[in-house]
Amino acid sequence: MTTFLVYSLTAALLAGLGVHGLITRRHLLRQIMALNVIAGGVFLLLISTAYRNQGDFADPVPQAMVLTGIVVAISSTAFALALLRRIYVAQGQAQDEAQDEAQGQAQMDAQANDVSTPRDESTP
Amino acid sequence: MTMTSWLPLIVLCSSLFTGLIIFLLPEERSGWRTALNMTGATVKVVGVFVMAWGVLVQGAVYEARFTMGLGFDFVLHVDLLSLAFVSLSSNLWFLTTLYAVGYLEGSRNRSRFFGFFSLCVTASTGVALAGNLITFFIFYEFLTLVTYPLVIHQGTPQALAAGRTYLWYAMSAGALLFLGVVGLQTLAGPFDFVSGGVLGGMDDVGQWEARVIFALLICGLAVKTAFVPLHGWLPAAMVAPAPVSALLHAVAVVKAGAFGVLRVVQDVFGKDFAAQIGVLEPLAAVVAATILFGSLRALMQNELKRRLAYSTVSQVSYIALGAVVLGPLATVGGLAHLVHQGIMKVTLFFCAGIFAQSRNIHRIDQMDGLGRTMPVTMALFTIAALGMIGVPPVAGFVSKWYLAQGGIQAGQDWVVAVLVLSSLLNAAYFLPILHRAWFRPCSGNLGGPGPETASGSCGIWEAPWMLLLPTLATAFFSLAAGVFAGWEWSPLGVAELISAGRGAFP
Amino acid sequence: MTLAAWMILVPFMGGVACLLLRGRAVAWVGLAASAATAWTCLPLLRHVWHSGPVRIDLGGWAAPLGIGLYLDGLGAMFLLLTAIVGLLVGVYALAFFGRGREYARMEPYFWPVWLVLWGGLNGVYLSVDVFNVYVLLEMVGLGAVGLTVLSGTNDSLVAGLRYLLATMFGSLIYLLGVALLYAQTGHLDIFLLADAVDGSLPVLVAFGLMTGGLLIKAALLPFHFWLPPAHAGAPAPVSAILSGMVTKASFFLLLRIWFVVFPDVTAPVAGQLLGVLGAAAVLWGSLQAVRQTRLKLLVAYSTVGQLGYLFFLFALLTPAGGEAWSEGWASMAWTGTVFHVFSHGLAKAALFMAAGCLVLAMGTDELAAMRDIAGRLPVVTFTLGVAGVSLMGLPPSVGFVAKWMLLKASLASGQWWWAVVIAMGGLLTAAYVFKILSFTFVPVGGHDANARPKAGPKAGRNVDQGANEHQGPKNSGVPELRPVPALMTLAALTLAALCVLFGFRAEEVIALLLRDMGLEPPFDAVLIGNIGGDRP
Repeated sequence: MTTFLVYSLTAALLAGLGVHGLITRRHLLRQIMALNVIAGGVFLLLISTAYRNQGDFADPVPQAMVLTGIVVAISSTAFALALLRRIYVAQGQAQDEAQDEAQGQAQMDAQANDVSTPRDESTP
Repeated sequence: MTMTSWLPLIVLCSSLFTGLIIFLLPEERSGWRTALNMTGATVKVVGVFVMAWGVLVQGAVYEARFTMGLGFDFVLHVDLLSLAFVSLSSNLWFLTTLYAVGYLEGSRNRSRFFGFFSLCVTASTGVALAGNLITFFIFYEFLTLVTYPLVIHQGTPQALAAGRTYLWYAMSAGALLFLGVVGLQTLAGPFDFVSGGVLGGMDDVGQWEARVIFALLICGLAVKTAFVPLHGWLPAAMVAPAPVSALLHAVAVVKAGAFGVLRVVQDVFGKDFAAQIGVLEPLAAVVAATILFGSLRALMQNELKRRLAYSTVSQVSYIALGAVVLGPLATVGGLAHLVHQGIMKVTLFFCAGIFAQSRNIHRIDQMDGLGRTMPVTMALFTIAALGMIGVPPVAGFVSKWYLAQGGIQAGQDWVVAVLVLSSLLNAAYFLPILHRAWFRPCSGNLGGPGPETASGSCGIWEAPWMLLLPTLATAFFSLAAGVFAGWEWSPLGVAELISAGRGAFP
Repeated sequence: MTLAAWMILVPFMGGVACLLLRGRAVAWVGLAASAATAWTCLPLLRHVWHSGPVRIDLGGWAAPLGIGLYLDGLGAMFLLLTAIVGLLVGVYALAFFGRGREYARMEPYFWPVWLVLWGGLNGVYLSVDVFNVYVLLEMVGLGAVGLTVLSGTNDSLVAGLRYLLATMFGSLIYLLGVALLYAQTGHLDIFLLADAVDGSLPVLVAFGLMTGGLLIKAALLPFHFWLPPAHAGAPAPVSAILSGMVTKASFFLLLRIWFVVFPDVTAPVAGQLLGVLGAAAVLWGSLQAVRQTRLKLLVAYSTVGQLGYLFFLFALLTPAGGEAWSEGWASMAWTGTVFHVFSHGLAKAALFMAAGCLVLAMGTDELAAMRDIAGRLPVVTFTLGVAGVSLMGLPPSVGFVAKWMLLKASLASGQWWWAVVIAMGGLLTAAYVFKILSFTFVPVGGHDANARPKAGPKAGRNVDQGANEHQGPKNSGVPELRPVPALMTLAALTLAALCVLFGFRAEEVIALLLRDMGLEPPFDAVLIGNIGGDRP
């Protein structure tokens, strides 16, 4: 049971870290990253439940769930990133007013320089 | 479904479908529109006459009932009280439509106007025919919705402000009424209107609960009835065109409120039960205050339509007075006044509309010598005004007489005092108008955009027949209702039948 | 009853087909798939109506191993709502996107995404597996965001990204709850879970997490921030989809979780808390709506307010734990709430579609620009009015039925304070609905009250331009209205008319809803199998 407890606590810690990041960071990219940290925590908890009974075999259901969850998380993240890139393209160097000006200006500039082509397939 | 259940539906739908079709008519098709309007109105009037014949002569029961799946039925039921109201509104719809066609000729958005006008009449028909409180509420709220576009019809800032005032009053009242209706159903279950009241016979309705619900219901109805201090919207709504004022004051809105007060006091609570729980005295105080206050305020107005509006505030409370004074005679007076006030007030507003439309006269001090230049219109105005004051043999006298008798019968002498005082005030605000119009010389400031008169002319010029004919009819009715009050099926006769309990819900 | 599986498969296949096609064919295939989905819905409903809830184990595997589909009266109601609104939105979209290049650009994206979203919605209503539901919810969320950013403008992109972050966050919190629940009980099927849950701490935490995650997605008051910009910024058919249907999916799951999985665990205080949040949402959302000066934002804030009504149910039904269900008013609260879902779904979709017509005609959604719209676009104004009446809960409409039942339930249960909030919410709703309507009555140019404008040269009816009610300008100073396709107007009008129709035919819908919910019909009058029978 202690192994499961360790896993659960770590998972809770990760999720908490992610939530903290999501709330305190105003930069959209960081928020996306924070969400992925939460997702990591959740998946950790989920996968640890597979072995919770200390039996001879691991429960396959949580593994299947984590696999599915990762796929969902990856597609969502990809979509979010694509959207974010479109926003940079549409706004040029300008920041969204809702965002904290000071925070993440450097990253944005760096990112904007990387964006060479404004085309994006994921959104019309 | 037999004919007895179809007929109320036909009467209801004659104006509903007319309204809906009119919305779809293009603006220019005024001939079609008028024809459609008149057809609908004729169907309605004929249907009401058939129903009246059936109820009064053959003792038939007209009822349409649908289950709504909500623990109550949607009931249209014809009893004498609803018959009185529905025949008033259907006949006046016919006349007012005729008048409005003439009045609004050439103005904008007439399809919209007549569409909502028809819907408005549908709502008041529904209010009249509703067989239980919930059906009544449904149409009562519908009435609020469809009158709003009429009030703001001209779209001017004043009209919009008046519409906003009207809505705030009416919607708040609607919310209270809704709470009251739901509370009543929670307490007492679903029931139909029964002459003499239902609640008195129920053991499980506590006195305090009944009082709270009575207060909610009456507050909800008070706005449309224009009880003081909830009357503010009515004078404000005077910015609307004259046919709308006629509709608000005589045909639909104010009447629906007064009718609701009658229904609640007589057919839901029952006068005896209401007296027993002691809610009639406060209501009577409000009613008396409204009668006097309305007359006093009317005295202070210089604008003709506003004076008439305050006069309505006062006169409609006569109907409620009949409901709060115990005894059958007062009931008769109140019920008869429901019809009498309608036809007299509509005459006055028709005349006011003619003055405004043809001579651009809006204020009383512009009316000098008007009797010389527009003798017919002014004569009709005079008949109705005398009726309002209560001069025999016009209809107003009859209802006031019965109300006073009722007060004496019930041992409530203050009723007589209120009536006398109010009549004096009525005379004080109507007689100067008549004096100005008939006995002052024609002043030069007549004129305005009247098409046939040159500015300042004092020659005889009458309104077009489209405006004059309906006015003539209503004035004739006001006179006839007084002269032939003894006839069995005059408004008074029907009121006596209602009060005697005949033709009520079996 | 493999039809249940088809309810999910048909839209998915339609979506894939749309993805492969090009040109106008996309729209027609998409509409065909919409019609097929709606059509599949009908026999399913009939089945539920006649023989009660259906349960299918996909692939023949029973519950602990396989994933089940389950449809009861509640799910049937949501399916029906989605089918009705979905089909009409499809008709509307056909006309909306068929008007020139800037819209045609969106069309190949709209149909596939929308059909996949629809399949996801149907899946949410049919699935009984809490993890499977997570996947479907994510699909719905991604689809919804994809539709939000359809126009590609900067505002809609930002709104869409915020929406995506919120919905992802909500889903992850929900998944965290699922993980805890699975760790504790080893089950995912809601009926197995219902037997397995106890009052232990992990279960309570899981319950809280799942509720919280769904509340974020359902945009209850503190979590509503993402909703107005997303709903207001999207193209009209999308706004109708988002407001009318997508917000309801999370609420549906909340109902399932609270009243199927955890009925014995829910504490009265939690229910009251949700009720208070709902009340705050009703008042605050409606107040914000009144303050808006743009039509679509107003309607979007109205969604925040209207969704609040739904949460009174949790307050009404939790006080006595499971016992409340035996009370007569419990089923009234239940039916009232589902009716409100129905009412809001139909009316809000109609409002957004009518708003879309107006925006199309005027080129802007500023309320102040809506001068004389009542005269020039009467059918659209009429639609606005009827849908508004249903939102206000005035008769005769399905909104009235909903409000009637909610009011009665709150009075009968003794929690009269909700009745006060409902009444105030109705007033505020009236305030913003009439705010819209009063603008449409303002005539163009200064119009003297007493002047009788000469009915100048009659403007010929512009039939060629395809708008039934479009008329040429009466004055030269009037901004010209662009023509609105009749199909769009008609679709919006049909939805508004349905609001009225369902108000009159409440009985059958109630009977369907309460199919084997273990509830007594709210009134003696409604007896399943005795519909239309003679009454005393």
